Amino acid sequence: MNILNIIRISFKAIQRNKLRSFLTMLGIIIGVAAVITMMSIGEASKQNIRSSLSSMGSNMISIMPYNNMAMPGGVRLSSSNVDILTMSDVNQIEKNVDLVNHISPGVQSSGQAIKGANNWPTTIQGVSPDYLTIRALTIKDGVNFSDQQVREFAKVCLVGKTVVDNLFPNGEDPIGQTIRFGNIPMQIIGVLTPKGQNTFGQDQDDIIIAPYTTVMKRILATTYLQSIYASAVSEEMSDSAVTQITTLLRQAHKIRAGQDDDFMVRTQAELINMMSSTSSMMTTLLTAVAGISLVIGGIGIMNIMYVSVTERTREIGLRMSIGAKGSDILFQFLIEAMLISVAGGLIGVILGLVSSYIVSSVLHWELVISQMSIIISFFVCAFTGVFFGYYPALKASRLDPIEALRYE
Amino acid sequence: MDDTILEIKELRRDFIMGDQVVHALKGVSFTVSKGEFITIMGSSGSGKSTMLNILGCLDKPTNGDYLLDKVAVKTLSRNQLAELRNRKIGFVFQAYNLLPRTTALENVELPLLYNPTYNASQRRERAMHALEQVRLAERYDHTPNQLSGGQQQRVAIARALVNDPVMILADEATGNLDTRTSYEIMTLVQDLNQKEGKTIVFVTHEPDIASFSSRTVMLRDGRVQKDSVNENVRSAKESLDALPVTDDY
Ligand SMILES: Nc1ncnc2c1ncn2[C@@H]1O[C@H](COP(=O)(O)OP(=O)(O)OP(=O)(O)O)[C@@H](O)[C@H]1O
Ligand SMILES: [Mg+2]
Repeated sequence: MNILNIIRISFKAIQRNKLRSFLTMLGIIIGVAAVITMMSIGEASKQNIRSSLSSMGSNMISIMPYNNMAMPGGVRLSSSNVDILTMSDVNQIEKNVDLVNHISPGVQSSGQAIKGANNWPTTIQGVSPDYLTIRALTIKDGVNFSDQQVREFAKVCLVGKTVVDNLFPNGEDPIGQTIRFGNIPMQIIGVLTPKGQNTFGQDQDDIIIAPYTTVMKRILATTYLQSIYASAVSEEMSDSAVTQITTLLRQAHKIRAGQDDDFMVRTQAELINMMSSTSSMMTTLLTAVAGISLVIGGIGIMNIMYVSVTERTREIGLRMSIGAKGSDILFQFLIEAMLISVAGGLIGVILGLVSSYIVSSVLHWELVISQMSIIISFFVCAFTGVFFGYYPALKASRLDPIEALRYE
Repeated sequence: MDDTILEIKELRRDFIMGDQVVHALKGVSFTVSKGEFITIMGSSGSGKSTMLNILGCLDKPTNGDYLLDKVAVKTLSRNQLAELRNRKIGFVFQAYNLLPRTTALENVELPLLYNPTYNASQRRERAMHALEQVRLAERYDHTPNQLSGGQQQRVAIARALVNDPVMILADEATGNLDTRTSYEIMTLVQDLNQKEGKTIVFVTHEPDIASFSSRTVMLRDGRVQKDSVNENVRSAKESLDALPVTDDY
């Protein structure tokens, strides 16, 4: 038997039935394209979450109050309002936890920022100068505030791009200007480098940063902190740092063994893992759905091949009468099925790449194509062709020439 | 020297239809020598097609022997039979059986695709030559639906010729054609027989067609009724020329 000739025969048979072959391919094309696109979306969203979280400072550790104890009457307090964390906690961590190299208290308040006739609702974040390092923020123009200014409750602030755009719509230089937050006048001494939106769609540039003392005393009038931010000496050391901090704070807060913490410590790495495992789950789900469509495409091939064998019974009879062997017929139909599924697979791969590209550019995501997804879906569909084409092909090869020729 | 090309002895073929047995052939014997042109005649249902299918190795007898070129066909495997059909036999059907949407040239090439001894250019060359023999060379790129019935049958004959078989079997090859076209086909068949020395077994209903052959076997109800040599073979070419020229109306 001459396999090259059989391939030639299969090619011609496909050519003779272009439309039908294309419709058969369609199932495979859609299946493969869907698998590739879904995997690409999944991978891209994972990477996107990762990179945006680690751009917030991958060594960051945040400490929040967490009061899990039921208050009398069964009321639980929302964590941000609990008076638990204090400056003494910050000082102790700074002094005793050697795996932490930067630390900043955190207090925040929402309010209206006003400049002349323009005003803008935003958030003021009260922190120490170290906060910029912890959050991987940088200053585009101007300078950071100093420890001296922190001690003096200085009315100075750093602003994000969104705030600048809204308070200075005419493009004036904001440095040195005085704005009001609520009714506290504050002088802008620096503008932050824009960071854009984070994964969750929050505008990271819609912010005012000021010394925590200023926010605590002049705006909130409180002595408690809402959060503490720290950065571990390295990402690997984050978990050990968390353990040290936990031990220290339990002592400081006089929590007895067996009692729950009244605070919680989270590393950025934990957050990243949590987020990306959610997105892996989504990816798996989407890919499974796409995979099902690939199987349905395969069944489509079997269906069409089956019909085609019946419909082409006379052709098979003729081929046998002029010398085709059973194996020639078997291979012809197998190769037809394979050519259709492989061609469909190739078109599907191209379509999948194009649609991944479109999705990523619409969502402003980085384009991530996993080579695995291409290779797997391609082989799956070649296999599909053989698997689903085999039975009809076998049926064709076993036909009796005379009966096949007589078939109406 | 013995120049017998096919020999059948006491050939029987039964078809089992449910609980009924149809005896299509009830013991047929005859021999055909190389270069003979024989027609097989008989009424409908007398077993002509059944016998020709066995001669063409498309079907196997229930009983009896069939020697093709001294080879007992009974002993051959399915694949060997396929090879035999491909190399030694050219089959022409009443219904032409051309592949649709496939050019005349590709249809004629088809048997060669199952014969690995030819490469692409040899295939083309031989197919072209076969088309020339049936005088259809200039229509090589026409598909069957662009050809008349007679032309389609000529393509089918070219396909039967292309592998240079020793024997051509035709089952009512002129059954669907008018007299003039039938004579054209018979001219071709006579040429193949006389000039190329091909053995021809031609099944037909029409005594007219039988008169072009050198011998006629009459079948009746699955048996040979008469096996007679035709003393004065008519020339198909002359009969064709003698036909009144009817203008198209
Ligand atoms: N596959 C089959 N199954 C059952 N019976 C069959 C089959 N093939 C042929 N026969 C029977 O065998 C007998 C001979 O049939 P065959 O086709 O050989 O006749 P024929 O001489 O070619 O007739 P016609 O001139 O009409 O073509 C008929 O009675 C037919 O019904
Ligand atoms: Mg018949």
